[in-house]
Amino acid sequence: MLEISDLHVRSGDTKILNGVDLTVRKGEIHSIMGPNGSGKSTLAQVLAGREDYQVTRGTIAYKGEDLLECSPEERAQAGVFLAFQYPVEIPGVSNTYFLRAALNSIRVSRSQEEVDALDFLNLVREKTRLLKMDESLLTRPVNEGFSGGEKKRNEVFQMAVLEPDLCIMDETDSGLDIDALKVVAHGVNAMRSTERAIIVVTHYQRLLNYVVPDFVHVLARGRIVRSGGKELALELEERGYAGLVQDRPQAVAGA
Amino acid sequence: MKVARKSLDSYLERFNRLDDASSDSPAWLSRLRREAMLRFADTGFPTIADEDWRYTNVAPLAATAFETAPATPPDGHCRTESLAAGGSAAAHCVFLNGRYCAELSRLEEMDRQVRIGSLAAILRESPEEVEDHLARYVEAERHPFVALNTAFIEDGAVVRVPDGVRIPDPIHLVFLSTGNGGPAFVTHPRNLILAGAGSECSVVEHYVGVGEKPYFSNPVTEVAVGENARLDHYRLQEESPAAHHVSTLEIRQESNSVARTMSADLGGRLTRNDLNVVLGGEGADAALDGIFVVSGEQLVDNHTRIEHAAPHCGSREIYKGILGGRSRGVFRGRIVVHPGAQKTDSVQTNNNLLLSDRALVNTKPQLEIYADEVKCTHGATIGQLDREAIFYMRSRGIDEDMARSILTYGFAEDVIRRVRLAGLRDRLSSLLFDRLPQGSFLRKALT
Ligand SMILES: Nc1ncnc2c1ncn2[C@@H]1O[C@H](COP(=O)(O)OP(=O)(O)OP(=O)(O)O)[C@@H](O)[C@H]1O
Ligand SMILES: [Mg+2]
Repeated sequence: MLEISDLHVRSGDTKILNGVDLTVRKGEIHSIMGPNGSGKSTLAQVLAGREDYQVTRGTIAYKGEDLLECSPEERAQAGVFLAFQYPVEIPGVSNTYFLRAALNSIRVSRSQEEVDALDFLNLVREKTRLLKMDESLLTRPVNEGFSGGEKKRNEVFQMAVLEPDLCIMDETDSGLDIDALKVVAHGVNAMRSTERAIIVVTHYQRLLNYVVPDFVHVLARGRIVRSGGKELALELEERGYAGLVQDRPQAVAGA
Repeated sequence: MKVARKSLDSYLERFNRLDDASSDSPAWLSRLRREAMLRFADTGFPTIADEDWRYTNVAPLAATAFETAPATPPDGHCRTESLAAGGSAAAHCVFLNGRYCAELSRLEEMDRQVRIGSLAAILRESPEEVEDHLARYVEAERHPFVALNTAFIEDGAVVRVPDGVRIPDPIHLVFLSTGNGGPAFVTHPRNLILAGAGSECSVVEHYVGVGEKPYFSNPVTEVAVGENARLDHYRLQEESPAAHHVSTLEIRQESNSVARTMSADLGGRLTRNDLNVVLGGEGADAALDGIFVVSGEQLVDNHTRIEHAAPHCGSREIYKGILGGRSRGVFRGRIVVHPGAQKTDSVQTNNNLLLSDRALVNTKPQLEIYADEVKCTHGATIGQLDREAIFYMRSRGIDEDMARSILTYGFAEDVIRRVRLAGLRDRLSSLLFDRLPQGSFLRKALT
C-alpha cells in the first residue's frame, strides 16, 4: 500500500529526513517510535502533503501511484488520513458541518453521491458511540477550546467517519487519560481490516498494549535505524534509545 | 476644487427649488432645512485633510452633480428586490429612489397607536407628531453629510412604538435605488424611530440597488430608545456596485434600555457609516455588531462612537471586515466615558481578514475616559487565513478553495449567528456564500 524509499526531506536549510525506507502492506499495523525531534511528525506531515517541506530525494508510492505528485486533498480523497499531533482549531465552523463537508468532498471526488443529512447523522451517531464522544463536541467549532484529550479523540472520531485506507496517527495517545486511551484504542482496533493499513507514531508502549503492531520502527536523526516486531517496543521501553542513537555514524548528520 | 464648487452649486440650486416648492411646510421645518443648507454650504464636503475622513476620499462624490432622484414607477424587478430580506414582517415599507411607495409596501394589523409610515405623509398631514424629534438627536454640525441630509429632508420612515407595546415581528424598511439608465442621482432618506418606554421592536433598514449606474444614498436615521425599552436595529447594505453610500445612525438610550445593532455592508463602491450611540440613562446597554465583505475597488469606512454618559452602562462592539481584491477598510471606534459614568463596562473588538495582499485596512480604537471606575477593553487584528487550518482541512479531503471559503465563513459566523431574524440571517449568509469560491457547495455543507 505504501512504499517509501530513500526519502530525504528538508525545511529550508534544515535537513530533517535523511533516507527513510519503509514499506507498509494492507492489513498491517506499523509503529514508529524515536526520540524527540527525530523526524516522526515530519514524515507523517510529508505523507499528508504538507508543502512547507521539500523532498530532495526519494519516492513515495501509495497504491502504486506517486504520492508526491498529489495535493493534500487528493491524498485524502485517495484514502490517506493523518491524525495530527497538534490538531488545529477552526473557529466558527461546527465539527459536524466540517466533517460532512470533508466526507462529501471525498465522496464527490470518487463520483459517489453525497450523503444526505439523515444518513450522515446516523453515521455520526454510530461513531460517537464507538468513541464515547461527548455529543456537545459535535456542535462546537472544530477543536476550538477542546481539551488536549478531546482533540485527540476528535481526530480518531474523524478517522472513523471518513474510513480511510491508510491511517497515520501522530502521537494520538499523548494527552489521553487511561480510560480514554482504552476507548480510542478500541476505536482504532475496530478499524483494523485486511484492506487498511495503520501507522502509529508513539513514544509509549502503553498504546501498543492495546493496538498491537505487526512492526515497530525506530526513527532517529531522520532515518529508520532499527525495525522489529512488537517486542522491540518493549525493549525500547526498558533501555531507551541511547544505544540506537549512538550507533549512528556521525558523518551522516553533517553530510 | 472648482469641480466640487460646481456640485455644491447644484445642491444649492436644488435646495432653492425644494424650498420654493415647500412653501406650505411648517416654519420650524423650513428653518431646520435652511440652517442645515447654510451649514453645508459653509463646510462643503470633507476632504482627506479632515482627521475623520483621512482614509476615505469623497472627492469623486463631491465632484459629481447628482440630480434629484427620478420618480420611477415600480417594475417587477423592484418587487422581488424589495422582498430580498424576507421572512414575516409587521410592516414592509418600501422607498423607491427615496420616496415612499405605497404599492410595494404593506402594513399588518397592529396596535392602533403604533405609527409606521412615510415621513413625507406625516410632514404633510400632522407635522407636529415629529416636530420634537426630527433633528433633535443627531448633531448636524458633526458631519457635513448629516447637514446635507437635513437640508433635503423630504421622506423616509417613521416608526413610533408607544410605551409598553411589543411588536414581535420585524419592521422592514427597504430603500431601493433604481437608475433606469437616467443621470446619477442622490437620495437623502430621513428616518425616525421612537421606541417608547418598555416597548420592544426590531427594525431592518435594507438598502438595495438595481443596475450599474452610480448614485448616492445619504440616509440619516435617528433613534430614541425609552426607559426599559428593547430595540434591535439591522442595517443591510446591498447597494449596486457603482453606488456611494454615506449613512448616519444616531441612537439615544434612556435608562435600562437595551439596543442591539447590526451593520452589514456588501455593496457599494464607497461606503461610509457613522454610528453614534449615547448611553444617556443609568443601566443602559448597547451591543454593536458589524460586518463587511468587499472586493475589487470597494471601500467601507465604519466610524462608531459610543458615549457612556451615565453610570452602570455596558457596551459591547464587534466589527469584522473581510477584504479581497484591492478593497479598503477603515475602522474608527471611539468610546467616550463621561465624567461620572462610573462602572462603565465596555468591550470593543475589530477583526479584519485580508484575502488578498493588495487589500488594506486602517483600524484604530480611540478611548476617551473621564471617569475612574471603568472597565474598557479593546483589541484589533488584521490577519490572513490561517495556513495551518487550511492544510488541516485539505488533509481531510477538502480542496484548497473550499478550505479558504470555509475559514472565511467561520470568521464571520458569530456575527451572522447573532442576527435574530431568520430571514435576514439567511439573506446575509447567502450574500456571503455568493462571494466565496464554491459558495453553493458550502451553503449546502454548512447550513
Ligand atoms: N518547518 C520546520 N522548519 C525548521 N525545522 C523544522 C520544521 N519542522 C520540523 N523541524 C525540525 O525537524 C526536526 C524533526 O521534527 P519533528 O516534528 O518531525 O520531530 P518528531 O520526531 O515528531 O518529534 P516529537 O517526538 O517531539 O514530536 C526537529 O528538530 C524540528 O525542530
Ligand atoms: Mg512529533
